[in-house]
Amino acid sequence: MNKGLEELQKKASAELDSAGSREEILAIKTKYLGRKGLLTQFLRKLKDVSAEERPLLGKLSNVIKEDLSTQIENLLRDIDVVRKDEALQEEKIDVTLPGRGVKYGRIHPITRISNEICEIFSNLGFAVAEGPEVEFDYYNFEALNIPKDHPARDMQDTFYVEEDIVLRTHTSPVQIRVMEKQQPPVRIISPGKVYRPDSDISHTPMFHQIEGLLVDKGITFGDLKGILTFFLQEVFGKETVLRFRPSFFPFTEPSAEVDIQCVMCNGAGCRVCGQSGWLEILGSGMVDPEVFKIVGYDPEKVSGFAFGLGVERIAMLKYGISDIRLFYENDQRFLKQF
Amino acid sequence: MQVSLRWLRDYIDIELSPEELADRLTMAGLEVDSIDEVSPGFSGVVVAQILSIKPHPNSEKLSLCKVTTGEETFPVVCGAKNIHVDDIVPLAKVGATIPGGYIIKSSRLRGEPSEGMLCSEEELGIGEDATGIMMLPKDLTLGADLASALNLKDISLDIGITPNRSDCLSIIGVAREIAAITGEKVRYPRIDLSEGEDDINDLTSVEILDPDLCPRYTARVIKNVKVKPSPGWMRMRLESVGLRAINNIVDITNFVMMELGQPLHAFDFRYLEEGRIVVRGSSEGEEFISLDEKTRVLSADTLMICDGVKPVAVAGIMGGLNSEVVDDTETVLLESAYFNPSTIRGSSKRLGMSTDAAFRFERGVDPEGVTRALNRAAQLIAELSDGSICKNLIDQYPKKIKMAKNIPLRVHRVNEILGTEIDAGEMKNILEGLEMKVKKTVRLGSPKSSRLSLPKADEGDYAVTPPGFRVDISREIDLIEEISRLYGYDNVPISLPSALAGSEVKDRKQILTDNIRVILNGYGYSEVINYSFTTPESANILRFKGDDKSRKFVRIKNPLVEDISVMRTGLVYGLLDTMRKNVNVGNFDLKIFETGKVFIGKEKGELPVEEERIGALLTGSRYDDLWHFKGLFSDFYDLKGCVENLFDALGIHDIQFKSDIDLDFLHPGRSCRILAGKRDAGFLGEIHPKVLEKMDITPRAVVFELDLLMLLGLFSKKMLYREIPRVPSVSRDVAFVIDKTMESKEILMLALKKGEELLENIEIFDVYYGTGVPEGRKSLAVRFTYRSPDRTLTDKEVSEVHERIIKKIVDSTDAKIRGMDI
Repeated sequence: MNKGLEELQKKASAELDSAGSREEILAIKTKYLGRKGLLTQFLRKLKDVSAEERPLLGKLSNVIKEDLSTQIENLLRDIDVVRKDEALQEEKIDVTLPGRGVKYGRIHPITRISNEICEIFSNLGFAVAEGPEVEFDYYNFEALNIPKDHPARDMQDTFYVEEDIVLRTHTSPVQIRVMEKQQPPVRIISPGKVYRPDSDISHTPMFHQIEGLLVDKGITFGDLKGILTFFLQEVFGKETVLRFRPSFFPFTEPSAEVDIQCVMCNGAGCRVCGQSGWLEILGSGMVDPEVFKIVGYDPEKVSGFAFGLGVERIAMLKYGISDIRLFYENDQRFLKQF
Repeated sequence: MQVSLRWLRDYIDIELSPEELADRLTMAGLEVDSIDEVSPGFSGVVVAQILSIKPHPNSEKLSLCKVTTGEETFPVVCGAKNIHVDDIVPLAKVGATIPGGYIIKSSRLRGEPSEGMLCSEEELGIGEDATGIMMLPKDLTLGADLASALNLKDISLDIGITPNRSDCLSIIGVAREIAAITGEKVRYPRIDLSEGEDDINDLTSVEILDPDLCPRYTARVIKNVKVKPSPGWMRMRLESVGLRAINNIVDITNFVMMELGQPLHAFDFRYLEEGRIVVRGSSEGEEFISLDEKTRVLSADTLMICDGVKPVAVAGIMGGLNSEVVDDTETVLLESAYFNPSTIRGSSKRLGMSTDAAFRFERGVDPEGVTRALNRAAQLIAELSDGSICKNLIDQYPKKIKMAKNIPLRVHRVNEILGTEIDAGEMKNILEGLEMKVKKTVRLGSPKSSRLSLPKADEGDYAVTPPGFRVDISREIDLIEEISRLYGYDNVPISLPSALAGSEVKDRKQILTDNIRVILNGYGYSEVINYSFTTPESANILRFKGDDKSRKFVRIKNPLVEDISVMRTGLVYGLLDTMRKNVNVGNFDLKIFETGKVFIGKEKGELPVEEERIGALLTGSRYDDLWHFKGLFSDFYDLKGCVENLFDALGIHDIQFKSDIDLDFLHPGRSCRILAGKRDAGFLGEIHPKVLEKMDITPRAVVFELDLLMLLGLFSKKMLYREIPRVPSVSRDVAFVIDKTMESKEILMLALKKGEELLENIEIFDVYYGTGVPEGRKSLAVRFTYRSPDRTLTDKEVSEVHERIIKKIVDSTDAKIRGMDI
């Protein structure tokens, strides 16, 4: 009896080992463990066995039954795992195809640079101020110490709307409008569009400027140098070399043009800097006492400086753009690069 | 302004290299734009040696020379007597040019061939010796280019002179700047003239009728002049600064203008009727032919120089053809005057005549330099044209020109403005280096009291009187500028304002605009910037109605081109224009937006209303990645979704879209007004096909435009948390069959108006036409969601509310229920 049981187990095991599919395993399960299975039949014969042998055989046959059941369960589980893996393989996709969804839009490079600059000054305590783009001659010129019939008007060709109304040629009128309304201290930055009748590879009839103005007690030309040096090194990098050279603006005195060493050739001289090694970046100066008088400030009590810069120029230098008109053609192939 | 280094060296010694000089000038405020090496006024002139000299068979004055350049030998006919065999001389070969623009040609002189010309110093413009052929050093290499061999190349500096520095519009002016920078002394040109017997006052007179416009007029008369070409040295000087030589008299006036900065004019005296000068304003419509042979129609009160009868020059700008110096001119009246700068500028602008003279007069010449220039020119005319200068000069100076004198300068003030510690002595040195008179003053008030008001004449530490040519200096701050630029901006120490505030809080509009950009970027829209000006035709293309405020253009009086001659009144045209340009280069799929101002014109004399707008345009594929969404094109609802999300992200919830819109550039069936907080905030819609057609655009496009200030009024960063519901909701779906033209909003509004507290949400989840739905009708499937904040609703409770709402809708419309969940 004993021997017969062991052989049965060996046989069942061998059959299971060679079984490849879930169906075969289930068939083997039925063959041995089913209600009419071989092991079941064997157990039924236990009643014919002697009383001493019966418990032993009973125990053994239960062990064999459990072993086989476990073996079958394990085999079935393994087969399941393999099948699932195979199924996942069939679901394989091409992960190199582009993803789905909306591509992020871009902000215009001029806005990007303008925001960057305003951010720097905002951190220095400058508040953003605005003014009209269609402006009275008074604010655009006269209050800035540029009377009618003054040669300084040649520095800025002008679009006229009426005899006394112009498209602002610079953001400087904002200085006057702010100082008219506000007592010192004044700390403003004013980005915006300006207009001059000019159109070629380096001029567009509309462009962007940023104006800055700081008025307080005891502001010096050294402060102007300090603030603008800090600013330009923030924009162009800490190593940027700059120079301040005397210039003329009717509304500042002393006036300074600020140059940075050419970012293309590091001062060696190239096409971009006209072989000079320097790039004109911004105009600045100490607010002229005449301007203070016009807005009702006492030039003996306060002093200050103002500066103005062209956003396009900085964007062109930072991004290596050689034709200013690209900014206003709005070609997607251009805009999507920023 | 072009400045010749050779010419400069006539008046000042320059030790610096051209590059160093350019740098020093630039750092003192005279920006040198370029340094160019220029050849002298001749080319093709080489070093040659005389091999033989034979008499000319047909002329006693001429001789036949054979000269060699080392490689070649040329026959040259020569008239000079100072030459000998073996002499080294300059040979202008055939094809060479010499000052005055003369080109040497192969020729025959009295039957003998001459292949070139031997030159005098004068003919080459190198010196003034015209008596014989120039003798060259024996050690020069034969055949060498003369300019190189004698090191005659000149350096031309192109200097940008700022409008305040009229004193630098001359060679002497630049020399003075160099003197101030380097400490060298300026050598002013010598002026000593010998006058003849005739007194100018017996010949002519000058009368100034408008002394305000012409405060000073001086004149000299030079008789017996011989008009001829100028000598080479003068032609070379003029050419070196870009002027063309004409004849000796005219050249001298130009030369002195370039040398001293004072424009001059020479009249042919015989054409001055009544032999006198009258300075007066023109009368309206008067005609005048200027030297350039153009007829000028004068407006009233253009300042004119006249003779006893008629105008002979536009004052300070250009002479007249009627009194021009010509070949047979014998007597010259020379003018040197001071005109009111803004008068000259006015005339020059009105007449469109910008001349070198006008350029200087409108910036201000030295009122004291008028006679010096007059005498200098008279002397040169006498020297170069054999003329004789009449005794005395006329100096009509009816109106004293105001000049700054004794400007008070406070030493502490200089350092306060600059942030420096320059000592008084250094300031004095700098100012004196600029030819200013600096006097120490006795201070009356204490320094403290003097700071409370403007300095009085006796309050400065110094009283400074600038020289007459520095018309730009009249105030203390002008002196401070002079001190700072010569002290050197580089030497001013860098500092930071002591009272720097902390970081500034951004204003709400900026935050809103920044937010909008970020939201639209996230939605795939890229920013564009269009010109603020546009074509007036845009009003017709966009079919604005006659009374639409969008037709109230602000017009530019002097536009570059008609296409950009008015300020835009909306963003749509610019967006469409951008679309057209992109479509034309193959960018068919566009999601773009713009923020910017539009301008609505007002009454004359008033500034326009400037409104900030935000606009967007959508065209082409709905998504960028075509492989996922082949053939999906964007439409109205895509952009509407964008607008809805924009508002949602900005926290603006009270939004409505109303189809009762009346804008002719939008598709009448696919457009709507956008209301925010019950007020018009903008519009949304497809562009009308007729507009697209007019603009030559094929693909369809959807746009929106919103008023930024309107959004700003509603935009709030405040947010309030609402409790997340803890009890489940119950949904019921209903399909209403309604008229196809009925707007879904009507159904939703009816449900909402009922004021049922338990109704939490209504959502359209399907719109269907076709089989099962009668012709002309559509099925609108709506999901109603019910919820109570505090308890789970029973089926019965929900049904009660739901049926009330459905009944209300069915009763108020002709909607039928299409089965489903009721």
